[in-house]
Amino acid sequence: MYRYDKYDQAIVDARVDEFRDQARRRLAGELTEDQFKPLRLKNGLYLQLHAYMLRVAIPYGTFNGRQMRKLAHIARTYDRGYGHFTTRQNIQYNWIKLEEAADILAELATVEMHAIQTSGESIRNISSDQYAGAAAEELADPRPWAELIRQATTFHPEFSYLPRKFKIALTASPTDRAAIRLHDIGLRLVRNEAGEDGFEVYVGGGMGRTPFVAPLIRPFLPADQLFSYVEAVLRVWNRYGRRDNIHKARIKILVHDLGAEEFTRQVEAEWQEILPLAEDFPHAELARIATFFPAPPYETGLSDEIDLSDPDFALWVGQNVHAHKAPGYAIANISLKPLHGIPGDVSAEQMDLIADLAERLSFDEIRATHAQNLVLPHVRKADLYQLWRALDEAGLATANLDLVSDIIACPGLDYCSLANARSIPVAQKIAERFADLDRQRGLGELKIKISGCINACGHHHAGHIGILGVDRKGEENYQLLLGGSGAEDASLARIIGPGFSEDGVVDAVEKAIDTYTSLRSEGERFLDTYRRVGVEPFKAAIYG
Amino acid sequence: MVDNLRFRDDDPADEPAVTLDAFLDQANAASVRIEPGDDVRRLIPVLDRVRLVEVDFPRFRDGRGYSSARILREAGYKGELKAVGDVLVDQILFMRRCGFDSFAPDAPIDEEVLARALERYRHVYQPAEDGLKPVWALRHG
Amino acid sequence: MKLLTGNDLQTGNVIWWTGSDWSRHVSDAVDVDGHGEAIAAAEEAARRVNGPYVIEATDTPHGPRPAHIKDRIRARGPSVRPDLNIKPADPAAGSWVI
Repeated sequence: MYRYDKYDQAIVDARVDEFRDQARRRLAGELTEDQFKPLRLKNGLYLQLHAYMLRVAIPYGTFNGRQMRKLAHIARTYDRGYGHFTTRQNIQYNWIKLEEAADILAELATVEMHAIQTSGESIRNISSDQYAGAAAEELADPRPWAELIRQATTFHPEFSYLPRKFKIALTASPTDRAAIRLHDIGLRLVRNEAGEDGFEVYVGGGMGRTPFVAPLIRPFLPADQLFSYVEAVLRVWNRYGRRDNIHKARIKILVHDLGAEEFTRQVEAEWQEILPLAEDFPHAELARIATFFPAPPYETGLSDEIDLSDPDFALWVGQNVHAHKAPGYAIANISLKPLHGIPGDVSAEQMDLIADLAERLSFDEIRATHAQNLVLPHVRKADLYQLWRALDEAGLATANLDLVSDIIACPGLDYCSLANARSIPVAQKIAERFADLDRQRGLGELKIKISGCINACGHHHAGHIGILGVDRKGEENYQLLLGGSGAEDASLARIIGPGFSEDGVVDAVEKAIDTYTSLRSEGERFLDTYRRVGVEPFKAAIYG
Repeated sequence: MVDNLRFRDDDPADEPAVTLDAFLDQANAASVRIEPGDDVRRLIPVLDRVRLVEVDFPRFRDGRGYSSARILREAGYKGELKAVGDVLVDQILFMRRCGFDSFAPDAPIDEEVLARALERYRHVYQPAEDGLKPVWALRHG
Repeated sequence: MKLLTGNDLQTGNVIWWTGSDWSRHVSDAVDVDGHGEAIAAAEEAARRVNGPYVIEATDTPHGPRPAHIKDRIRARGPSVRPDLNIKPADPAAGSWVI
């Protein structure tokens, strides 16, 4: 993975110093809250329901054991013993004090971590495929470009007071694990007939109040011109994105209002203005970054056999382990969705354990996924059993990847000042209703996503089943949506009817699932059956 | 505390700035004021007669003026580029990078805080209008 | 009744106006009647509170109970982590919040 050189380190250290000064000025009354808020948001520091919340960046979801140990230390020292992995591959802490925030950033800087631009109207964490560098089907590891764009968009002087936040995602696989078409810019690495690397560029996707799947605005962008093109997109949006209404300020609104064709024309015209300025990073810089992403020193001559005589281990392998491109290796998914747990939450002790396991068994590499799980990407098949034993003892071996209890849930009204309703208890009740893993396996891939408000941090529009918490006359109420997907078959889930109470929506989910099992054809997922039969049978079952 | 900053050696323009429409109408105008919604490229054909561009920031969160500044510098504008309005000390570094060389903030700025801000970041990731070499240029000579 | 609440600037703790000071316990909160906005402005200017606002609450034998579930969660802690609540051993916590 990428390692800072003296320049990267100097920049992050300077940022800590800057924030320390800004926090001091706020506490001394030299800055009002109105002036300070955008500055603290640029360092991932929110004021939430119970305390300040700090969102730490995990660039494109990649980190190592040393960093994980530091995250554990921060949880223990400055928070209440745990952290929460988010739907953008970051981690956040819920019980932070402003007076300690600069110290936390200083500690993070010692392990090449930061909270830069993780909130506010910034260019946010660059996200990517959690199997990057390990999956057989990818064209190449997309992370060198993700790192290049991370640097290029850090403290960009022209784009630091944007109309709204901006999210970029990259993949290099035909299977889209990064939900690129639901981002402001989505990029897929491709190769043209001449064998040159380039990107399919999608602009204008997103969820929230007005969800859109991003249109393709450029089928092939030469890879070495990625930065200048991204600048062109950002400049058109910075100049013409709406500033009068924060609910209409995202780039997806501009793309939709202009139409993809006109938007593309404006971007291409702006790009022609920018290109002569030669601002693209030289190929030598991409090559330098790429040297940090070599294939690990895989052993050869390893067996591809896994001893599956332990039935619980066999079920975990069957569900949570994914094929790896190197013979004898596997990709191991760590579920953060145990029964009765809180989706995405990890204790400091669990973090230390995972750090240990990564160092010993995965070439010291860990990934965070936007489904709020973790991955050890390079595990010898021969080591899977001991890995599973260790995870199981720590409550990290629930064999439910992509099953109905592998629910994405935002923190919701239990933590978040923006929320209208609690989301975690809904996730827990659904998981409890379907606690039997045999039953879960029988249902197959079923992605449930829950948001506590329209900001959609739980990605409910991308759920096969989505749940949106609303405030109905001061009471928590839940709307049910069906048919969304964040994968390469991207689609937006649709609300199916009037909302429910908390218990009511759990019942409705069960009825939807029963409808699926009664109508499905061989091999169909919930999503496939829904797409084939339409919403009517589901509505009839739920509303009578 | 200061409410006027200038990083140029020449004499300031002494004419009041007029609106973009008025500037394009008046052949002898030399100072123009750009609002966030103005298309600053309309100045490019007449850049030669511009001595001062004031870019208005009615709200510091509205960052359109940063693009206006860069577009002018990219087009070769060498005159004074002044940020006016809701300009806080925490924005001045980015504004300098975008090509601003003078500032008239509504609220006075603490010079000590400013001095620290301007010296704090010795390295930058992107080329901009201040001539600073981006880190990739330092890495590869 | 009307309560004045906000977060402590330094720590982020949820705090409640007691009539003379700020407390972490909603049971210490007083009815601010129509004076909430004025007190909020003064206290925020003095940096003794961040983001204050006035809420409705009902007076009960156990102290004020905020009208909206959001403020009840603020008063006690996340409903899904009773161990982290301000009164972790309170058996009535669940029914008080929800």
